[in-house]
Amino acid sequence: MSVLASVPLTAEPPVPEVAPTEKLLLAVVGLGLLLLLPVAFDADAERARWCFFGALGLLSAGTLGWSWWKYGRGPAGVHHHNLWLRASTARGAVAWLTGIVLTGFYVILYWFSADNGQGNFGPLNQLVHALDPASQLLRHRPSDQWFLYGTFYTLAILVMGARALWKYRHSPYQRLRTVSVMFFQLGFAFLLPGLLLAFQRPEFYFSYFWPLKYDYLFPGTVSYLLRDGGPALGVFLVFWTAVISFVGVPVLTYFFGKRWYCSWVCGCGGLAETAGDPYRHLSDKSRAAWRWEVRLIYPILGFIVLLTALLWLGAAGMLPGWFTTPQQSGLPLVGGLSPVDGLSKVYGFAIGAMFSGVIGVGFYPLMGTRVWCRFGCPMAAYLGLLQKHFSRFRITTNGAQCISCGNCSNVCEMGIDVQQYAQRGEPIIRASCVGCGMCSTACPRGVLNLENGPREGRYQGSQLISADSLRMLS
Amino acid sequence: MHLVIIGNGITGVTCALTVRRLQPAARITLVSAESAHHFSRPALMYVYLGHLRYQDIKPYEDWFWQENRLELVQAAATGLDAARQTVQLSTGAVLAYDKLLLATGSVGRRGTWPGHDLAGVQTFVTLPDLEQMTRDTHGIRQAVVVGGGLIGVELAEMLAAKGVAVTMLVRDDRYWGSVLPPEEAALIQRQLDDHHITVRYRTELQALLPDAHGRVRAVQTTAGEELPAQWVGLAVGVVPNLALARAGGLETDQGILVDELLQTSQPHVYAAGDCAQQRAPGPGEVAVEQLWYTGRHQGETVGHTLAGQPRPYRRGLWFNSAKFFDLEYQTYGRVPARPDAREHSFCWQHPNGRHLLRLNFRRDSLAVTGLNVLGLRHRHDTWHQWLQAGTPAPQVLANLGAANFDPEFFRQHEADIVRQFNAQFPEHAVPRPRRRGLFRV
Repeated sequence: MSVLASVPLTAEPPVPEVAPTEKLLLAVVGLGLLLLLPVAFDADAERARWCFFGALGLLSAGTLGWSWWKYGRGPAGVHHHNLWLRASTARGAVAWLTGIVLTGFYVILYWFSADNGQGNFGPLNQLVHALDPASQLLRHRPSDQWFLYGTFYTLAILVMGARALWKYRHSPYQRLRTVSVMFFQLGFAFLLPGLLLAFQRPEFYFSYFWPLKYDYLFPGTVSYLLRDGGPALGVFLVFWTAVISFVGVPVLTYFFGKRWYCSWVCGCGGLAETAGDPYRHLSDKSRAAWRWEVRLIYPILGFIVLLTALLWLGAAGMLPGWFTTPQQSGLPLVGGLSPVDGLSKVYGFAIGAMFSGVIGVGFYPLMGTRVWCRFGCPMAAYLGLLQKHFSRFRITTNGAQCISCGNCSNVCEMGIDVQQYAQRGEPIIRASCVGCGMCSTACPRGVLNLENGPREGRYQGSQLISADSLRMLS
Repeated sequence: MHLVIIGNGITGVTCALTVRRLQPAARITLVSAESAHHFSRPALMYVYLGHLRYQDIKPYEDWFWQENRLELVQAAATGLDAARQTVQLSTGAVLAYDKLLLATGSVGRRGTWPGHDLAGVQTFVTLPDLEQMTRDTHGIRQAVVVGGGLIGVELAEMLAAKGVAVTMLVRDDRYWGSVLPPEEAALIQRQLDDHHITVRYRTELQALLPDAHGRVRAVQTTAGEELPAQWVGLAVGVVPNLALARAGGLETDQGILVDELLQTSQPHVYAAGDCAQQRAPGPGEVAVEQLWYTGRHQGETVGHTLAGQPRPYRRGLWFNSAKFFDLEYQTYGRVPARPDAREHSFCWQHPNGRHLLRLNFRRDSLAVTGLNVLGLRHRHDTWHQWLQAGTPAPQVLANLGAANFDPEFFRQHEADIVRQFNAQFPEHAVPRPRRRGLFRV
């Protein structure tokens, strides 16, 4: 121990050179991305359409080929080699560029690509119209910016889902879970809503519920579903969303923890688990981040509960008139709206669009994949409270086998410092845990296991290691 | 009380945390030259692999130490005056102590081969070792790893992940032959083959050959072969770090000699972890153990003694774990590498060569004595109870599902294991074993 290292490591470990085949496959992906540019700017609609499908084909084929090449050929196992050494996955230049492009796309999508009334969708116009035939086929109506977004989103989950299947093929839990998120995205969040539109019914996402899809229990949406859904379907849709939100969520969470939704069904989770997998380790594990988490997510849950209650009270005429009367406040965004509608607008802008979309996905390559799920999602907050207090779910740690290596914390997309529990032999019972199971998959010593067991003794740690009583989170 | 701990590895830190818990008012100082903060030594390989960064292998965030009033001093302890109860530091400072714990750990064994001090030849135990390896392995094509143990296979995995062609020199006729029975070693051999590691068994290092710049160019083996290598890892074991103990005149042998309270030959001076040697180890136990788990256990034990609640060190039931490339290994109790005449050794393997379970039990009482599992996860607490109670093997097998710690939806092999056991030991036949369900822990 002759070296006095105040800066612990002054050299970077070597990174192997990217093989020519891998370069070629990545070039195909890059070409696909480039081909999207002429789609956006080419005036010729026919040519733009061919470019568009060419781009999607290259993107998909390139990504699938690369995933197979990287993960499908060699021995199966957890191989996070060079994850923190490559610019693309370690907040390097490539990651910043990816983040900026993603964020830019969301800003354009949310605020600059609405239909101008003549079927023009601004900067995304050509991309949107390139999908017209597909949209006609599925939905019997022309494409719009949300159909474009849904197509990209679903494709990302399917293609990167295939990558996850190769990468984690040694784990049946990860295989099943990945297939599940792919199935729910394609079926429940893409095909079914489209088919409903084709049959002149309201577009409805069966895999999203209040309070994540907050407006599904707003009086306006409920009356619209009842009206446009027709007597049978409309009632079913309202029944479905209300029953899942108030009965399905507590019951399923009691038995399985919040994972039944967050990492098996939810589309936001689905994107994080598949397209976001290369970035999962970027979540902040510090105590400071945890403090922000509880400061943000519970007030947001409170906000949406309060707002929903106010809307219903207003609709029932039980609020003083001031709440539901338009006010000329002169404030941006909410000018001319009633206070209740103004709140609704603020929530939709700040939480629904800004937080869940722009920050939630745009910042994947910099802050990790579950920024929205961890800091913002009111559904996650609701499921989390149930998981913490009324659930059989826990992650058990295996006796005294932990070596404090930190692989579990590293792969936790929710930023839980899993290792703090594992090294004390304590079960992990945290509101934020989405049960993706990656800590268990990545643990080199077989220490962590997701289990549903009796609630008695749920917090009981192992007797084989004496937990230090020093508190970590407060 | 001022407790000074030399070494901030798992032993020193566990002791510090134990004393802090038992004696909230104690002043505790941790001294280490190696790093400013405690880090997980078994995780060094993941930093090299790029799975983690250095800050990710620190088990506690940096605020932890100050909030728990654990003073950290980054300096080498160069001298010990047991009569005056002081420690001299490389910074020139002198620390006075009421109690002193030496948890100085181990250093890699370098051997005396010709050329062992060439550039590009090193051990892999400490943070400076990792630093040196990150510098010296850029742009190399071939490497040789000497030693067929845990560090050897780690080095092979690290290098192979960087595209380096690795040859291992192993003295035994199989991998980790001093610890693993042949079937286990054969499964690990498959991993080595799958990851394209060349292994020369029954082969040792003869000499390290330099290039014109004094850097290693090749190694010569005892088989007379010359293997080109631009980097050589020496993984032939570790030896207790005794420099400070010797400077302080403590009684040492292989390690610092301690009694069952982990006290050294000097009053108020204790030693624990890798560097300590039991004067009177229990039957079947070794005097010096260089293991994460025993280090932690000794740190906790000596912590009680230092906090005024004397507690003799009891080795307890053996357990260990490791991962060989993609193959996980757990062991509970004792499974000797060579069969013990008093024991049956039942070994089940999956035909795909990725799962193995070995159960040793007494011929007379049928009491289980040890378990090896490869590619299966088993529950430590359950095995602890079974081994402690000397549960008969048939009873263990009938309840094997209770020890299954594999994730949900993994194939459950218990029925197959019991079928094979019944075929091999019809006189102890076991009924259909209990399965593990989604709703049961």
